[in-house]
Amino acid sequence: MSVEAKNLTFSYEKETVLRDLSIRVPEGEITVFIGANGCGKSTLLRTMARLIQPEKGAVLLSGKSISELKTKEIAKQLSILPQGPTAPEGLTVEQLVKQGRYPHQSWLKQWSPEDETMVENAMEAAAVTSFRNTPVDDLSGGQRQRAWIAMTLAQGADTLLLDEPTTYLDMAHQIDVLDLLHELNEQEGSTIVMVLHDINLACRYADHLVAMQGKSVFAQGRPEDIVTNDMVKQVFHMNCHIAADPIFDTPMVIPYGKGRKPYGAIAAAEAE
Amino acid sequence: MKNRMAPKRRRVLTLFLIFFLFLLSFASSLLFGQTPITAGEVWKSFSAFNDEATSHIVVQSDRLPRAVIATVVGASLAVAGTLMQALTKNPMASPSIFGINQGAIFFVVIGVVYLSLSSLVSLMGMAFLGAALAAAVVYVLGSLGRDGLTPVKIVLAGAAISALFQSYTQGILVLDEAGLQDVMFWLAGSVSGRTLDMLLPVLPFMVIAMITALLLGRAINLFITGDDIAKGMGQKTLLLKAVIGVIVVLLAGSSVAVVGAVGFIGLVIPHVARFFVGHDYRWVLPFSALLGAVLLVSADVLARLIIMPQEVPIGVMTALVGGPFFIYIARRGVSNL
Repeated sequence: MSVEAKNLTFSYEKETVLRDLSIRVPEGEITVFIGANGCGKSTLLRTMARLIQPEKGAVLLSGKSISELKTKEIAKQLSILPQGPTAPEGLTVEQLVKQGRYPHQSWLKQWSPEDETMVENAMEAAAVTSFRNTPVDDLSGGQRQRAWIAMTLAQGADTLLLDEPTTYLDMAHQIDVLDLLHELNEQEGSTIVMVLHDINLACRYADHLVAMQGKSVFAQGRPEDIVTNDMVKQVFHMNCHIAADPIFDTPMVIPYGKGRKPYGAIAAAEAE
Repeated sequence: MKNRMAPKRRRVLTLFLIFFLFLLSFASSLLFGQTPITAGEVWKSFSAFNDEATSHIVVQSDRLPRAVIATVVGASLAVAGTLMQALTKNPMASPSIFGINQGAIFFVVIGVVYLSLSSLVSLMGMAFLGAALAAAVVYVLGSLGRDGLTPVKIVLAGAAISALFQSYTQGILVLDEAGLQDVMFWLAGSVSGRTLDMLLPVLPFMVIAMITALLLGRAINLFITGDDIAKGMGQKTLLLKAVIGVIVVLLAGSSVAVVGAVGFIGLVIPHVARFFVGHDYRWVLPFSALLGAVLLVSADVLARLIIMPQEVPIGVMTALVGGPFFIYIARRGVSNL
C-alpha cells in the first residue's frame, strides 16, 4: 500500500505550517522526517495519519483519499504512535497492547483467536511479554515506549507512523527502539515513517530522508545524497562538519555554533 | 488502582457478591425504619396488600419507592461519575464537574422565586432543564479553541459555570429568604417523600442512557489511552465524547431532578469499581452501577436509623459510608506504588 500526500496546506489559526506540500513515502522503506523545531514535520505526520485535517490537499492511501475511507479501515492499514503518549495509571501492558486490536473488532466480532495471536506476537516482537501484567506507568521510559510500539504492532498495519519515538529516552533506549523498528522493516517489510530529532541517528536508520524547511520539503533522498553542509545550514541554521560515521558509513553531522571556537585541521580548512 | 488483571471467574464471583449485598441492602430498606416491620408483613404487603394495615401502607407507599429510587439514582450517579472520569481523564471528576448540580439548583430557585412553581413535578422539570443547560454550556465552553474538548478545559469551564450558577442562586436567596425553604430539599438531597410517580417521567431516559453506557465499555477502554491513539485506531472520538456527554446529562440530570444534589457517589464509586476490576470498562461500568445502588440504598437505611426519629440528609450519609472506604482504597493504592 502506498502513502502519498498531495498539495497539503495546513494552518493553525492564522499561521501556515505546511504550504502546498507533496510527498510520496517509498513502500517497504524507512522514511525519516527531520527539520528544526516548528518546521511542520510533526504536523505533516499527524495529517498523514488523519489526526488533523488539512485545509487543502489530500492524503492518499493506494491512490484513494483518506477522507473518503472509513477511519477503521484506515487503521487496519496504517498505524500512528503520537508523541509522548500517556496511559492511565494502573493500565497493564497487556491491556494496552490489546487496544491495538480495536480496528478489527465490532459489535458482532468480539475478541477472536486471531486477536489473541496478534497481541502475543506483538508483545514478543517488542520484548514486553515478560512484564505483560505490569502497569505501564511503572515501566522505565524505554520499556514504556516498547509497550506502546507493541500496541501499534498488534494493529497489524503494514505502514507505521511514529512521532518522535525516541524523545525522552536515554541513548541506549533510543538505539533499542530504532533497532526494533529497523528489524520490523527488514523482517516484515513494514513501511516506517517517523520524525526524529537526532540527525545522525536519522542518517543511520533512514532509507529515505526528508528535510523540511519553510513549510515545505527542502530536500529528500538517501541520506548520503542529501546531507550536505549547505542543507544543514538551511534547515537547521547551523554550521557543521560532515564526516562519515566510522561504523555505519552514513553521514555524521558534527555541528558547531558561535560559542565554542572550532580549532584543529578541519576547522582551519573550513574557515578558508 | 493497582490491581492485577483478575481472572474472569473472580470478577463474576465478585459481581454476584455485590449483587447479594445489594439484595441485602434493598431488603433492609423495606424492613427497617421508624417502625420495624417484620419480613412476613413486608412479604404480605406485596402478596396480599391490605389497605387497612399501616405496615403495608408504609412499605408500599414509603419504603418501596425510596428503595427503588435510591437504587436507580445510586446506579445512575455512579455510572455518570465513571463516564465523567473517563471523559476528562481526571480521577477527581464527578458529574458535578459539568455544573449539573448547581445548574439544577439555580433553575429550581428561579422556578420557586420567580415563576411561583410549587408542585414537585414542575420543579423536577426545572431541575432537569438547569442540569442540561449547565452541562451544555460547559461542554461548548470546553470545546472552544484549537484542540477541541480537552480535560483541562472541561474542568475549568465546569468550575466557572458552577461558581456562576451558585452565586446567582445565593444572590436570589439573599433577596428572597422564603425561597430557601423550598430549595433546601434540593440542596441537601433526599430520597424520602418521593413517590414512584416522580421517577416515572425520567425513568425511560435513565434506562436508555444506562444501557448505552454499558455498551460503551470497549470503546472507553481505547479512549482512555488518549485522543490521538484512539483516533489513530479508527475511533470517532468526537462522537464518543458527545454520546458520553449526553449520557451523563441524562443520568445525573434525572438523578438531581428526583432526589436533589447527592454528592460523593459519582466521585467514589468509580474508584471502588476500578479497585475490583482494574481499567477494563466492560466490567467497571456494571460494577459501578451495582456498587452505586448498594451505597445509596444502604446510606438511606442508615440515614433513617442513626438519629431516629429524625433523618440525616442522604448526601451526608453517602459521604459517611463511602468516605472511609475511599480512604482505605486510596491508601492501598499508595502502598502498592
